[in-house]
Amino acid sequence: MSTALLRCAGVTCRFGGVVALDRVDFEAGEGEIVGLIGPNGSGKTTLFNVVTGIYRADAGSISFAGTDIARARPQAIYHSGITRTFQRSRMCLPLSVFDNIMVGNHKRLHHGFAFNLLRRSAFAEEFRRSHAEARELLHVFSPRLADRIEEPVAGLPMIDRRRIEICRALISRPRLILLDEPSAGMTHEETRELMDDIMLVRDRMAGLTIVIIEHEMGVIERITARCAVLNYGRKISEGAFAEVARDPQVQAAYLGVA
Amino acid sequence: MATSKGPALAVAALATAYAILFLGAEKQAELAALLVGAAVAVPLAARFGLAEKVRSSIGANEGFFHAAVITGALITALWFHDEHFILLMMTTSLLLMVAALGLTVQFGYAGIVNFAGSAFIGIGCYTAAVVTKYTTLPTVLTLPLGGIMAALIGSILILPVLRTRGHYAALVTIAFGILFKTFIEVNDTLGGPQGMSVGSLTLFGWSFNDPIHVGSFEASFYLSYIVVALLMLALCFVLVRRLERSWIGLSMDAIRLDEIASACYGLDIARWKIVAFTFGNFLAGMAGALYGHVLGFIAPNNFTFGDSLILVSIVLLGGIGNPWGVAVAAAFVVILPEKFQIIQEYRFVLYAVLVILILLFRPEGLLPRRLRRYLPAADVKGSA
Repeated sequence: MSTALLRCAGVTCRFGGVVALDRVDFEAGEGEIVGLIGPNGSGKTTLFNVVTGIYRADAGSISFAGTDIARARPQAIYHSGITRTFQRSRMCLPLSVFDNIMVGNHKRLHHGFAFNLLRRSAFAEEFRRSHAEARELLHVFSPRLADRIEEPVAGLPMIDRRRIEICRALISRPRLILLDEPSAGMTHEETRELMDDIMLVRDRMAGLTIVIIEHEMGVIERITARCAVLNYGRKISEGAFAEVARDPQVQAAYLGVA
Repeated sequence: MATSKGPALAVAALATAYAILFLGAEKQAELAALLVGAAVAVPLAARFGLAEKVRSSIGANEGFFHAAVITGALITALWFHDEHFILLMMTTSLLLMVAALGLTVQFGYAGIVNFAGSAFIGIGCYTAAVVTKYTTLPTVLTLPLGGIMAALIGSILILPVLRTRGHYAALVTIAFGILFKTFIEVNDTLGGPQGMSVGSLTLFGWSFNDPIHVGSFEASFYLSYIVVALLMLALCFVLVRRLERSWIGLSMDAIRLDEIASACYGLDIARWKIVAFTFGNFLAGMAGALYGHVLGFIAPNNFTFGDSLILVSIVLLGGIGNPWGVAVAAAFVVILPEKFQIIQEYRFVLYAVLVILILLFRPEGLLPRRLRRYLPAADVKGSA
C-alpha cells in the first residue's frame, strides 16, 4: 500500500535491556480501521507512545502523511493531525466535561494574552462557537451526556469518561486517531454501545483513520478490516481477523505452546 | 432569568459592617465574640441554603458585587481615617492579597509551589527603595518596575523549576528565598542588615506621605496608600479572573493535572509554567513596591522564610485557585494576630495549626474553587 497515512518501518524501542518494540513495520491507510492486538506486554501501547512522541524510537522510521515524525515532539505530532486516547483514561477529573474536550481543541483556539484577557467579546464568540461544537459532538455519543457538559468529569461513570476522552480526541478533526483499549473497565454491553458510537462518528468524519488496541476480539472482528498482532515486541502476524485468528503463531502467543 | 441583587448587596454590606466592628473592637472579649459569632453564623447560613442564594446572586451580578465590595472597603477606610495603625493593617492585607493572587496563578493554576513569595515582595520593596534613593525617576514608575524586577530575577529560577517537580521545585524556591535574604544582608549598597528607607510615592507633585486635609476633614496619609492599593488589587483581581476564565487558564489547569495528556494535545508545558511563574512574580513584586512606600523603611528581616510561608498558607486557607478565598484569608491572616495581642508571639503556631486543620477537614480551603465559568451567567444561557 503506497498511500499509507501512517507508516512505521523497522521501529525499535528499548528500555535498558528490554526490547519493547523489535523492528516493527506497521501501516494504516487513509480511512482504514486497523486493529492492534497481542497479549499483555507485547508492545501495543509502546507503539502508540512512540508514534505520539512520548517515547523516542531507537531505530526505524515513522512517517505520517509523507512527513517524518520519528523525532518530533508530542505537541508537533498533535498539530500534524494525530490524536489518541489512553489505556487508563487520562482526564482532568476536577474540570468540567467541556474543559476536558477543549484541551483537545488546543490547536484551534487562540492563546494570546490580548485575545484572552482584553478582547473579551472576541473570546466570547470563540467560546460560544466551540461550546456549540463540543455539545454537538457529545450529542452524537450520548444526548444525556451532552446535557451534563458543565459538570465535573469526576462524577461521571467510566463509559462517559471514555466517550469524553474520544470527543477530546476528535474535536480538533484529526486525520488519525489512536484508541488505546477503549473497552477497558467496561461491560460487554457498554463496549458495544461505545463501538456503535465510534462507527457513527466515523461515518460523519469522512476519511478518519483509526488504529485501535483491543482485547475484546468481538470488537476487533466487527470493526476492523485488518489487524496486526504483536508478541514480545515483534509483529508476528497481520491480515483480516479471521486469518489472523487461524494463524498458529498467534494461537501460540495467546494460549502458550503445548 | 435575572437573579436579584439583594443577597449580593447584603453580603457586601454585612462584610463591611463586620470589618468595621472587628477593626474597631478594643477589648479581647469583644473580638472573641465577633470571631465566634462569624464561625457559628456562616456555616449556619450555609446550612439553610443561603450560601447557594448568595452565590447565584453574586454570579449573576458580578460587576455590581465588585463595586459593592470596593465601596465597602472605602467606607471602612474612611471610618478609620485617622487611625494610622488600622489603616496600615488594611493596606498590608490588600497588598498581601495581590501577592497571594500571584501565588494563586502559580500554584492554583499551573501547579508551581512558590515558597519564596516574600522574596519577590522584597524585590519589589528594594526596587522602590533604590529608585527613590539613587534615581530621579518619577516614583509611580516603581510599581511596574518592582513587578518587572521580580519577574526578571525570578526568571533565574525558571530552568530549575521546569526541570524539577513537586517537592524538589519547592526546595528550589526555598533556597532562592534564603539566598535573597542573605544577599541583601551582605550588600552595602542595599543597606545591609540595617535596611534602607523608601521615599514617598509622589503623584503630580503631591507626596503620599503627607496627611490629608480637605477643609476641616483630616486623615492619615495611609488613606491615600489604601486607595492605590485597592486600585491595584481590583486591577489584579480582574486580570486573574479573566486569566482563569480563558483558554490560558484552561491550559494551565491542564498542565497541572496531566502533563502527558497535555503534551499529546499540543500544550507547551514549559511555556505555560513560565507564563504562570513570571506573571505571579510580577504581581508579588508590584505589591512589594507599593508596600515599600507604605512602610517607608525596609530591612532584610521583613522578608523571611516565615513570611513566605504565610503567603502559601493564605492560598491554602482561602481555597486553592479561588481569588475570593485568597482575599478573605489574607485579611484574617494579617488582622487576627494584630488584634489578639496574646496570639502575636505564637502566630506561626496558630497558622500551622490552622493550615493542618484546614487540610484535614476542608482540604479545598474555606472557599473552594468552583468550576470554570468562561462568560457571565447571562451569556452562557444564550449559548446553550
